[in-house]
Amino acid sequence: MADEKFDTIVIGAGPSGNACAYTLAKRGLKVLQLERGEYPGSKNVQGAILYADALETIIPDFRKDAPLERHIIEQRIWMMDDRSYCGAHYRSEDFNEEQPNRYTIIRAPFDKWFSRKVAAAGALVICETTVLELVRDADGKVIGVRTDRDGDPIYADVVVMAEGVSGLVGARAGLRPVPKPDTVALAVKEMHFLPKETIEARFNLKGDEGVVIEAAGTITKGMTGTGFIYTNKECISIGIGCLISDFAETGQTPYGLLDSFKSHPSVKPLLAGSEVKEYAAHMIPEGGYKAIPQLYGDGWLIVGDAGQFVNAVHREGSNLAMTTGRLAAETILELKSRHAPLTAANLASYKKRLDESFVMKDLKKYRNLPGTLHNKHLFTTYPQLLSKAAQTWFRVDGIDKKSKEEAIVHSFFKARSLKGILGDAIGMVRAWR
Amino acid sequence: MSAEPAVRVEDKLFQNRYLVDAGRPHITVTPHEVPSPRLLSLTKVCPAGCYAQSDTGQVEITTDGCVECGTCRVIAEPTGEITWNYPRGGFGVLFKFG
Repeated sequence: MADEKFDTIVIGAGPSGNACAYTLAKRGLKVLQLERGEYPGSKNVQGAILYADALETIIPDFRKDAPLERHIIEQRIWMMDDRSYCGAHYRSEDFNEEQPNRYTIIRAPFDKWFSRKVAAAGALVICETTVLELVRDADGKVIGVRTDRDGDPIYADVVVMAEGVSGLVGARAGLRPVPKPDTVALAVKEMHFLPKETIEARFNLKGDEGVVIEAAGTITKGMTGTGFIYTNKECISIGIGCLISDFAETGQTPYGLLDSFKSHPSVKPLLAGSEVKEYAAHMIPEGGYKAIPQLYGDGWLIVGDAGQFVNAVHREGSNLAMTTGRLAAETILELKSRHAPLTAANLASYKKRLDESFVMKDLKKYRNLPGTLHNKHLFTTYPQLLSKAAQTWFRVDGIDKKSKEEAIVHSFFKARSLKGILGDAIGMVRAWR
Repeated sequence: MSAEPAVRVEDKLFQNRYLVDAGRPHITVTPHEVPSPRLLSLTKVCPAGCYAQSDTGQVEITTDGCVECGTCRVIAEPTGEITWNYPRGGFGVLFKFG
């Protein structure tokens, strides 16, 4: 391999790396993809929800053979205190469509499937190989990589770093910073297996219909974070994640937090009798627009989680990963087609493509939100107030409705003051716009 | 949710598949006399419970159950209190589901 030179080396076989390698190989470029896991997916963790649109653009007929779990017909958003949840649910028969928009997936089999497509498109995929460092020429241009397989460099015109949120290669080369504790969350997750019929009965589903629940409130014990419950065909993915800076400050253990979430009176019955088959943990970029590093340079590009491409508000990540991977590939293809060198100046068109896409538009829209969410009240005070208000409202106990209304309004001002509530509201509205 | 029983992370890790690179830990703790609060926080924050305090007070790591999330790297690599690498290709945690 030492004598060979590739058009592109892709580091990592997650959604961004696979989207990139597939798009390049499909158009005839000579692609080498390196993955440190025993098989693609063996190091990858996600909730996981697949947004069809991003994959459909790359592989239009993916539904034919991709390992999909359930198409999502219902989204539940829960605000929780220790004994209750207050929810907004949206369920529609419209989501039972011929080409559903969102699916739950299990990443290890899904990534294996995607990788088989990459190999079939003509890329050389090599697993069990950890990339140690980038190789540069005298001018600093990236010209290849060195792996732990043998010491010799492998050369390429461009290296795409799809190495994930904790990728070492880009950081070691000084191309991007190590994520900061307050711009990245740690999420832990378990896979709870149950008979298909049990899942369908508990979640009011038939066939391949699925439900996803996103939860926030006192389940994170004052930390900035959320929990989730996703239905797969024969198992339930349940997880919870918070900012690493919050974990470090509070001394809460991630597994303790997960078990506490699992034992919540509203959650426990959903999992009853299940068999746990895996416990996983992963970091999630939460810094948004302001945490995005430099994305291109002489002979290199960054895609996916390595570039902090996660929309924390909408819980979108893998679609941003696939889209950034595809746009990186299209940038390379365009430059190659006119024999232009893969310099920083030319690769800058990758950034332009991103800016014109939903990826940057969405992240830019919420650029101030991560800061606004560092607010303990959002995760403790308000869920508790909301629960109390709902209970006051629904309980019939001889107290007149006007007094109840006054009690509810009073409880909010007592807990958070007029200034506090206005401040939180204005901050949220500003960050949302 | 008031009285929580102690959660044993070992019971959770027991479900996972690993290929341990015996004798080649991919993370090491820099020798120290007294651990900083930052280093000490790893005994709680690590989702696999890889970090523990020894009888003499130092923070130690056993990487066998590591799920390679990178949390300790984010907290303690920049200060030089730990060194952090990925395991050699093929070794480490092997998620069946992910």
